[in-house]
Amino acid sequence: MLDVKAGDEASFDLLLQKYRTPLVNFLYRMVRDSATAEDLAQEVFLRVYRARKQYSPSAKFTTWMFRIATNLALNSVRDNRYRRMQVSLDAPVEEDETPIQVPAKDMRIDEHMVERDRAELIHRAVAALPEKQRVAVVLHKYEEMDYGEIARILDCSESALKSLLFRAYETLRVQLAPLVAGSVAYRAGEGRPS
Amino acid sequence: MKCEDVSRELIAYLDRRANSADRAVVEEHLKDCAACRSRAEDFRKLWSLLDEVPAHEPSFGFDARLRQRIASEPRPRWFAWLVPQPRLAFTMALLVALSVWMSRLPQENVASTVPSEEEQFQMIDHLGVLENFDLLSKSDVLSELPARAPQEQAPSQDESQPKGDGG
Repeated sequence: MLDVKAGDEASFDLLLQKYRTPLVNFLYRMVRDSATAEDLAQEVFLRVYRARKQYSPSAKFTTWMFRIATNLALNSVRDNRYRRMQVSLDAPVEEDETPIQVPAKDMRIDEHMVERDRAELIHRAVAALPEKQRVAVVLHKYEEMDYGEIARILDCSESALKSLLFRAYETLRVQLAPLVAGSVAYRAGEGRPS
Repeated sequence: MKCEDVSRELIAYLDRRANSADRAVVEEHLKDCAACRSRAEDFRKLWSLLDEVPAHEPSFGFDARLRQRIASEPRPRWFAWLVPQPRLAFTMALLVALSVWMSRLPQENVASTVPSEEEQFQMIDHLGVLENFDLLSKSDVLSELPARAPQEQAPSQDESQPKGDGG
């Protein structure tokens, strides 16, 4: 980033190559729409480019970039929610707005997969988490960031982050209980949840 | 240790990012607590489940669109530093106004200390007193007067009377 600040355009291309996929992925898991995720990712890179002259290496570049991305994603989610609230109650219910329906324990999972995609269920359960918990889970589980960096992005202490993550995973465990019961355990003691 | 206390370190224990002390505490608790042991197992399963959500790859034209947007960004002009920023302009205007106001304050004070024409005429009436102001205010000049003889200092009854002929 310091090279980009010095006016090296090639270094910006390197940043783009390195962070394009994780950034789009993060935003996709936050907003659940590929087109919106890409638009937001472009906005993040554009803001990084515009702010390159003022950049000071007081914080890690990824912390700075994901903080911008988090703010943009949460604003987008809020705007989207606000737009939905303005839709008439008479309007037909979109598929996206139906409540999460986890299959019953006695229901075969392949039966449920006929009517709804399993991955979509999980994705929606994550999306239904409170904003801060959702950011924490996506950064912890999918971006594999360490606690210190996630805490800085969310502007909280590491201790508060650990409690936040526990509450988030506990909610998901309850929400997805039938799927969890039928799932194979993540290799015990194998380290990071990747 | 209570389950609530362990819960905060449980995630860090499961992803092996807890320090050795916390790790030992959690392990000790899990040996005795079936509920937390079950929860820990469920968390591991949940993480496997979360892996089923596929990643999203950026579209083919992502870079091209971004470069196009960057190319359309306004370029910094060489005279940009001459263009006053709104905040800077406001601050400068405020400083100028403050300095003008401050510069007027002392002038008003000086004007109030200068005597008016009428006061100056009144002072002329007391000019005699003012001319001897030094003499009146400094008593040390009295010490320069020549000393008089004792008999002169204690005049007789006759001498104390004024002479009629002016002798």
